Amino acid sequence: MDGIHDMGGMHGFGKVEPEANEPVFHAAWEGRCLALNRAMGAIGAWTIDAGRAGIEELPPQLYLARSYYGKWALRLENMVIARGLAGADEIAAGHAQRGGEPPRRTFGVADVSPSLTRGSYGRAAPAPAHFQVGEGVRTKNIHPATHTRLPRYARGRIGVIEAVRGCHVFPDTSAIGAGEDPQWLYTVVFDGRELWGDNTDPTLKVSIEAFEPYLEPT
Amino acid sequence: MTHDHDYDDHHGHGSELSEMQLRVRAIETVLAEKGYVDPAALDEMIEAYETRIGPHIGARVVAKAWADPAFKRALIADASAAVRAFGVVDRVGDHLIAVENTPKLHNMIVCTLCSCYPWDVLGLPPVWYKSSPYRSRAVNDPRGVLADFGVTLPPESEIRVWDSTAETRFIVLPMRPEGTEGWSEEKLATLVTRDCMIGTGLPKNPQDIS
Repeated sequence: MDGIHDMGGMHGFGKVEPEANEPVFHAAWEGRCLALNRAMGAIGAWTIDAGRAGIEELPPQLYLARSYYGKWALRLENMVIARGLAGADEIAAGHAQRGGEPPRRTFGVADVSPSLTRGSYGRAAPAPAHFQVGEGVRTKNIHPATHTRLPRYARGRIGVIEAVRGCHVFPDTSAIGAGEDPQWLYTVVFDGRELWGDNTDPTLKVSIEAFEPYLEPT
Repeated sequence: MTHDHDYDDHHGHGSELSEMQLRVRAIETVLAEKGYVDPAALDEMIEAYETRIGPHIGARVVAKAWADPAFKRALIADASAAVRAFGVVDRVGDHLIAVENTPKLHNMIVCTLCSCYPWDVLGLPPVWYKSSPYRSRAVNDPRGVLADFGVTLPPESEIRVWDSTAETRFIVLPMRPEGTEGWSEEKLATLVTRDCMIGTGLPKNPQDIS
């Protein structure tokens, strides 16, 4: 979706402000919020892609106004309500008000260690890769209203396949519950001037990780 | 349910604090009562991210690559496999990619769409990495971003920005500082900062740690 999350190349956000000796969490609730989100993902309540879509679907005013974990908290509430795992009334009350669907499983202490290793999104290839290293490609000019990982600044641009990264879960379908639909994944590199115009730093190159359905031959 | 307060990314943590404490406590209580999560498991996960998983892991990987040419070759070829095979760290996910800085090439990592970051080797990302300024500017003004970090590159150095738009994850292998000949991996690792593995910084100078 063409949302506020798709920030690459936007102006006006100001300087980057690193914080010296930054703590891992700035408040205890941030850690709880991270762990709750991770736990619900780990028990299969939603996929990583649906979770990202849940952040992107926040109203843009809220997206910009909320801190990072503030957005995660809103996403968590929205997704457990949308999936019928808890009611808005229960969250407002701060306690379960009814039994409801028994959980498929509980995220317990034994699940923590495996959850610390990132999941694998590589899948068996249903077909040979369409493009090869060194080949020129054009990204498609697509504007799906649902989740996609092709950023706006890199649509309709000519780049070169730099690496073939294997076949991976396709976020665009996974996010909307339409299955993993594995697709080849490529590193596509663009000259900075192709993305930002002739006045761009001539030493700049930018790459994206592009799924095959985002690409067409030049 | 609750009111939405304005909140500034950099300075306003206090304004959100009490509301968010209550709100997150409420949802945790509901999810625990319904049997989805065991609060003790949440405690353990938080403890892992606060104390065990962080940029010291990536620093060991970089230091080993500086000290051991065979490991460096393996790391560049397939970082996930190399890190596992050499037992440098306990666990690393698939699709980790190491990108090497040279005198002619500086690499920088960003996720313009969200906050993708190599948690396995660097821990949780800092606030600035997830912030609008970094995500918006890294891809079209990386030298300006580097200036915000006090870093200036030679004008002729190529800059390569890697936008983490899939489940591949990137770590920058910075250049080994001069004056470190004969250093142990342990000592080399003390030069490796988190930011130099993201590409917004450079390793410390040897004289900075002596």
